[in-house]
Amino acid sequence: MTTKILIADDEPNILISLEFLMKREGYEVHLARDGQEALELLRRERPRLVLLDVMMPKKTGFEVCQEVRNDDDIRSTLILMLTAKGRETDVVKGLALGADAYMTKPFSTRELVQKVREMLEAVP
Amino acid sequence: MLAAPLVLGTAAAYLLLLFAVAAWGDRRARQGRSVVGNAWVYALSMAVYCTAWTYFGSVGRAASGGIWFLPIYLGPMLAMTLAWLVLRKMIRIANHYRITSIADFVASRYGQSPLLAGLVTLITVVGIVPYIALQLKAIASGYAVLTTPLGAEPAARGPWWQDGTLAVALALAGFTMVFGTRHRDASERHEGMVTAIAFESVVKLLAFLAVGAFITWGLFAGPGDLFARAQAVPELATLLTLGQGQPFPYAQWLALTLLSMLSVVFLPRQFQVMVVENVDERHLKRAAWVFPAYLLAINVFVLPIALGGLLYFGGRSVNPDTFVLSLPLAAGQPTLALAAFIGGLSAATGMVIVEAIAVSTMVCNDLVMPLLLRLRRFARHGDLTGLLLGIRRAAIVVILLLGYLYFHFAGEAYALVSIGLISFAAVAQFAPALLGGMYWKGGTRGGALAGLLAGFGLWVYTLMLPSIAKSGWWHTDFVDAGPWGIVLLRPEQLFGLAGLDYLTHSLFWSLLANVGLYVAVSLARLPSAREASQALLFVDVFERTQSAHPVFWRGRAELTDLLALAGRFLGAARARTLFEDYARRAGLGGFEQIEPDAQLVQFVETQLAGVIGSASARVMVASAVQEEALALDDVMRILDEATQLRAYSRALEEQSASLRRATEELRAANEQLKSLDRLKDDFMSSVTHELRTPLTSIRALAEMMADDPQMDVAQRQQFLGIVVAETQRLSRLVNQVLDLAKIESGHAEWRNSDVDMRALVQQAAQAMAEPLREQGTQLTLELPERVPTLRADADRLTQVLLNLLGNAAKFVPKPGGRIGLRLTTDAAGVTVQVRDNGPGVPEEQRSLIFERFHQGGDINHRPTGTGLGLPISRQIVEHFGGRIGLRADIDQGACFEFTLPWEAPEQAARDTGDPP
Amino acid sequence: MRRTLLPQRLTGLFGLALLLFNFPLIALWDRPATVWGLPLFPAALFALWALLIVLLAVLMEDAGD
Repeated sequence: MTTKILIADDEPNILISLEFLMKREGYEVHLARDGQEALELLRRERPRLVLLDVMMPKKTGFEVCQEVRNDDDIRSTLILMLTAKGRETDVVKGLALGADAYMTKPFSTRELVQKVREMLEAVP
Repeated sequence: MLAAPLVLGTAAAYLLLLFAVAAWGDRRARQGRSVVGNAWVYALSMAVYCTAWTYFGSVGRAASGGIWFLPIYLGPMLAMTLAWLVLRKMIRIANHYRITSIADFVASRYGQSPLLAGLVTLITVVGIVPYIALQLKAIASGYAVLTTPLGAEPAARGPWWQDGTLAVALALAGFTMVFGTRHRDASERHEGMVTAIAFESVVKLLAFLAVGAFITWGLFAGPGDLFARAQAVPELATLLTLGQGQPFPYAQWLALTLLSMLSVVFLPRQFQVMVVENVDERHLKRAAWVFPAYLLAINVFVLPIALGGLLYFGGRSVNPDTFVLSLPLAAGQPTLALAAFIGGLSAATGMVIVEAIAVSTMVCNDLVMPLLLRLRRFARHGDLTGLLLGIRRAAIVVILLLGYLYFHFAGEAYALVSIGLISFAAVAQFAPALLGGMYWKGGTRGGALAGLLAGFGLWVYTLMLPSIAKSGWWHTDFVDAGPWGIVLLRPEQLFGLAGLDYLTHSLFWSLLANVGLYVAVSLARLPSAREASQALLFVDVFERTQSAHPVFWRGRAELTDLLALAGRFLGAARARTLFEDYARRAGLGGFEQIEPDAQLVQFVETQLAGVIGSASARVMVASAVQEEALALDDVMRILDEATQLRAYSRALEEQSASLRRATEELRAANEQLKSLDRLKDDFMSSVTHELRTPLTSIRALAEMMADDPQMDVAQRQQFLGIVVAETQRLSRLVNQVLDLAKIESGHAEWRNSDVDMRALVQQAAQAMAEPLREQGTQLTLELPERVPTLRADADRLTQVLLNLLGNAAKFVPKPGGRIGLRLTTDAAGVTVQVRDNGPGVPEEQRSLIFERFHQGGDINHRPTGTGLGLPISRQIVEHFGGRIGLRADIDQGACFEFTLPWEAPEQAARDTGDPP
Repeated sequence: MRRTLLPQRLTGLFGLALLLFNFPLIALWDRPATVWGLPLFPAALFALWALLIVLLAVLMEDAGD
């Protein structure tokens, strides 16, 4: 059974990279280009995990995270936040808002794949 | 005429009313809603200066001497101009040192001398008795006028036990006792009394004005008519000028003015209401002019009444002193006459009450107490509060009886006014010692004593004795021919000084001796330690606040002793409360913890002074503690310490103020630094973000390509293309940052050439053509035919153009965007405008867009870019002497505009390397 | 008190009053004339007196503390 994953990022090139990467690992991939689209897709497709960029137009990654955690339907979605900002405070903020994990760009593809696998296996 | 019972009844009713007013005043004071704490009441209470003398005596004086009644009221006018300076100082001193009478003031100033206190008290009593007699006489004759038919002889005065005046005197004594001696602490104000006095002032003014108005417009046809008729009569006409046949009357005029100027402060009743009963110094401001205004009002009708009476009664022998009553009576207005009588009664009672209270306080504190305390019986133990009260009450009765006696035996001889002036001259003797003590630190006890004795002695000799002689109680030989026939020592022409009236003459000699001896004896030796310390406290009272009092005392004391001492005079409960308050103010737990130091001793002494006078307080405290005698040097040292302390504390205050200022500046600087830091952080994180974003794609794609050598070729090509593009993007960013840094620090390279702006603009438009077409944006160019060349760096200018065009492209709607690029020239230089139909720049961001790292849009939704484009463009444009900005007069969209002058500034020329 | 002109002004007013009410200035009015039906001397004195009161009132009401 293929696991659904959502990738949300406003940088098209990053979307392309991540899409290829996740498809290579065998996941079913959906793409969102901004925070609003991300939420719509989350509700519609109910992916198990979302790779969420922080800096996005319409709604930021933080806002999306908050809304997901407040929405009963999609509350259990796994969230892995990605950002180019590497400050302590942002990490803390993200985790406080309910992200399950956090990775800074540029990331290692190997590490990202590893992390996603771990997160998916932790939850039955 | 009026029936005797009617008059008596009305008088009694009025006194009861007065009683009620005083009781009300006292009750309000106890409730804390004081009536007296009011500048108007204070001013009105000063009007106790106007006694029966004003009511009857002035008119009498005007009838015989015309305008000569007036100087007595001009003096107070003069005094009030200086009230804010002099009186205020007196009040301040009296408040600080709990001074409750003139005697206390003088004694306290000169080292708490009991001798001085006693002397001043004695002078006061002797001087005031005639004045009190005057009031009684006025009431008596007023009553007689009202109840005797006009023209008939007044009933002969019966034996003293039938004398109504005696009854009046005793009644007044009783009244005074009730309202003056309730409290044990004399420095508590007699609020009820002051209320009653203020009320009386209103009553007497209204009554007098009523009579005056009646006479002027009722008996005559107005002031014009009255005066015209008066001037028709020669004797009366002379009354309206000053001369009246006397050669050089001006000396007397001046003397009277100066005399009343002193008396308005030094009469015991005046000192009492002005200084002791004062609630708030600032009331002086109002009172200083209201009181003279009152005096003016009450004197306006004096001349009309006098002249009216003389005209009306023609040759009949009616005592002019009583015109105020006899005129209304004769004109058929008995009610008005009764009202006038009440007014006069009001004036008289007011004077008597206040005077009696003031003098009795003096007698008790400064005459009797010091003597009693010498007796060992009293000095050791016992609660003296009851005794003090008793002494005061007895003093009141005695004073009034003395007044009655003087009236009985000597009252017929002189007209009222003359009696009053004699009292004035007596209290004037206090002026040198008191005023000198307030302003001259060199005044000593010896000087004050000598001056007072000399002045008083001469007063007795030149005024008092002659007046007794002229009343028939002594043969007048010595007045006419000098004692033992020595002509030079004639009391009224002493040392041959003739040509002055008796009053001026007396005033001259007594004050001359007083002031002369005061100064001479004071200068004969240095002041003692005690005198010097008191002098400092008095003269410098304005410079010393309560807390910064230097304490001039050395010695040891026991707390229990001091408490017991206070209890003896204030009552045990009151003393305890006082100590508790003291402890609380010092921040201690209870009064047992008070350190019995010099401060406490001085506190106790001050409190006692309020009850028994400062001289006695000094004696009592000295008996309860062990004092070390202070030498003059000690005083000076204490003073120096106090001064130093003040200087230190001031320096400390200044330092802490400057410290506070420095802290503020530091904080402001810190804030600035932090915000700069934040800016830097923001910049750093923006740059980081911008750098990392392309890096992410590059790394991810590169890793994926490395992982899968078998990747599909098309895929690989796509990925590599992306990698290349991102790398370029990365480089661009790095270059921009470095660029900006270089330009700002002045290390940039400029390659100037002759630039054709027209061509440059076209090239830039060309470069952007493709991307703009792709996003559906239309670009229009407006270029002049020919444009002169400009010396500048072509690449840099292209950079600016591309930046502006790029920004416009970012913000225009897609599709449907329109960008206008316009080039114009004028005499000054070249102008380029880039206009777009995007959302424009919001008001609040207009000033910010050229700041580094600022990007359009809001925080979370920043468009691509670093926010460095515009700052770089600005640096470039300004480097060439131009200006770049956002036009503010555009409604929709944004219009960026920059100008470049034809003449490059020196800077740019210097930066150029070799011309191309 | 040091910083204002008030003490000096008051002293000036005092001096003025002293001069106005005494020889020689007072001799100006000492003649049998009338003004508006009122004898000159008393009228002048009262008028001057009123003027001085007004001046004093102005100074005092404006006074600081």
